[in-house]
Amino acid sequence: MKPNFEEQIKAFVSVLAIFLLLMLVLFGGLFYVANRKPKSHVEEVPVEDSVEDFDKVENGIHVATGFIDDKGMQATIQNCTACHSAKLVTQNRMSREGWKATIVWMQETQNLWDLGTNEEPILNYLSKNYAPTDKGRRQNLEVAEWYELN
Amino acid sequence: MERRKFTQKLSLATMAGILGTEVVFGHKMPQNYFPVGLQDPDPFKLFNKDKEMVVLNDKPWNMEAKAHLLNDDITPNKYMFIRNNGKIPENIDVSKWTLTIDGESVKNPKTYALDELKRRFTKHTYQLTLECGGNGRSEFNPPAKGNQWTVGAVSCAEWTGVQLRDVLEDVGINPDAVYIGYHAADTHLSGDPRKEPISRGVPIAKAMQNETLLAFSMNGKDIPLAHGFPLRLVCGGWPASTSGKWLTRISVRNKVHDGEKMGGSSYRVPCETVAPGTKVDDENMCIIESMPVKSLITFPKSGALIKNGQTLQINGHAWAGELEVSKMEYSIDFGSTWHNCSLKEPSNRLAWQHFKASISFPKKGYYEVWARATDSQGQSQPMVLPGWNPKGYLNNACHRIAVKMV
Repeated sequence: MKPNFEEQIKAFVSVLAIFLLLMLVLFGGLFYVANRKPKSHVEEVPVEDSVEDFDKVENGIHVATGFIDDKGMQATIQNCTACHSAKLVTQNRMSREGWKATIVWMQETQNLWDLGTNEEPILNYLSKNYAPTDKGRRQNLEVAEWYELN
Repeated sequence: MERRKFTQKLSLATMAGILGTEVVFGHKMPQNYFPVGLQDPDPFKLFNKDKEMVVLNDKPWNMEAKAHLLNDDITPNKYMFIRNNGKIPENIDVSKWTLTIDGESVKNPKTYALDELKRRFTKHTYQLTLECGGNGRSEFNPPAKGNQWTVGAVSCAEWTGVQLRDVLEDVGINPDAVYIGYHAADTHLSGDPRKEPISRGVPIAKAMQNETLLAFSMNGKDIPLAHGFPLRLVCGGWPASTSGKWLTRISVRNKVHDGEKMGGSSYRVPCETVAPGTKVDDENMCIIESMPVKSLITFPKSGALIKNGQTLQINGHAWAGELEVSKMEYSIDFGSTWHNCSLKEPSNRLAWQHFKASISFPKKGYYEVWARATDSQGQSQPMVLPGWNPKGYLNNACHRIAVKMV
C-alpha cells in the first residue's frame, strides 16, 4: 500500500518536534550548568559566624574569650581585653586585693583607664571566679594520659 | 584552601568588612600583601610551632613546651617557648636594620648597619640556655601574678653572632660603665608609641663575657620572627628577659639600667627571704642575675606504663645559670634514696648538659621519678618549692614524672 504523502509529512514534523524539544532540554541544561553561580568562598569565611556567636556560652564558659559566664563578665571583657587577651586574666588567681592592686598597677604603668562604676562589678566578678585555692608546697602529679612504653 | 590564596581573592571592600574599618591607601597595597589583622591566627602555623606546644596567652604571644618536647640536645624552633611582653614588630626591612650603641658611658655613640656588624666582627657560635625567670610560676602558693608557666619556658638553641664585647670595644666605653640596657622594635600593647614593652639588660661584666652575643642566627638559620629576627642580644644562663629581641639599640649606662621591667617587682625577688604571701616593698626587691640549678626529664613523657621487670631508660638536660652542673641524680622512692645519672660536659659554657640513667623498679606499682641536679658550688635543687616571692620567679624544684609498672 502506497503511504499517504500527508501522513508522511505529519510523521516527519512530529519527529522534528521531538528532536527540537530534546535539543532545547540538552542545551538549556548545559547552559544552566555552565552559568550556575559558583559558591562564593567569601561567604564561607567563618568571621561572620564568630561575630554572630560572640555571646555564645557553653558549659558556663563564654566561648569567644574563655571567661566564666557570670555577672560582671561583660564589663570585664570590655575593659580587660582591649590591650591583652582574656587568657592573661583567666590563667591567674588572685584575692580581691590582688586584683585591685593589678588594676592599679596597670593604670599607673600600662595606660589602663579609670574603670569608673565598672570597677566594682569587675572586682566582684574576678575575685569570685578567679580566686586562689591553697595548693600547698607541692601538688600531686597529674597524668593527662597513661600510655604503654615499649 | 590556603589562606594566602584565599586572601588574594578578597576585595578591599571585603577586607574592610572583616577588619571593621576602611583600608586606607588600600589601592596602594601590593597584590600579595595582606594586612596583619588578617594574618593566619593559627599560632602554630604562624610561628612554626609544634601542635603540642601550649599557648598561655595570645596577646601578647606566650607559648611554652612540655617536658617531653624538649628531648633534643639542641632545641629546634618548633619546641622553643615564646615569651613576649609587647607586640611583635611588623614589616621588618633587614636592609635598613641598624644597631646604635649609646648611653652615658660611651665615648661617642655609633650606629652599625646589620650587614656591617656581620662583616666587621668575628662570628661565634654557642649553645646557650635561655630560661624565663618565671618558669615554674604556676606552682607557687599563694599564686603569683603573670603567665602561669609550668616547666617548658626553657630552651637551649645554637646561637650565632658577634660578641657584644667586640662591638663595645670598637665603640669605646668609659671606665665608669656599670650596666648595658637594650632597646628594641617591639611595640607596647596599649599602642602608645612612647612606651617600650620591655627594656632590660645586664651588668657590664656579663656584657663582656665571651658568650654574650649580638646574634643574627639560631640553629644555623635566620632567627625566627618570634625569637627576635633579625638581631637579638643573647645572655645565656640569665633570665631570658635579659636577651632582648628585635634589638635596635644598646645603651651603656653609668648606673643600673632603668628601662621598662628593670624596676618595681619585675624580674626581682625579695633581697631577704620572706614567708609565703608577704607583701614586699619595691625597695626591698633585688634584681635576679644568674638562674639557679635545674633539670628536666625529657624522656619518657610522664604517664609511662612499663612491664614488670622492664628497665626504664630516662634522659634529660640540666643547667645551672652561670655555673656548671657537677652531679645529676634520680630517685624512685620520693627522695629516700638517690642514684647517679651519667652526665655529659656542656658543649660550651652556659649550654645545658645531657644526662641519662637506666632504672630498675623493685616491684609492680606507682612510682615517681624525681631528678635532682647539683651545681659546681654544691647547690642542689629543692624537692618542694623554693623561697616564695611575690612574682613567682626561680622555681627550680625537682622535676618529676609518673611511671607505673604493671
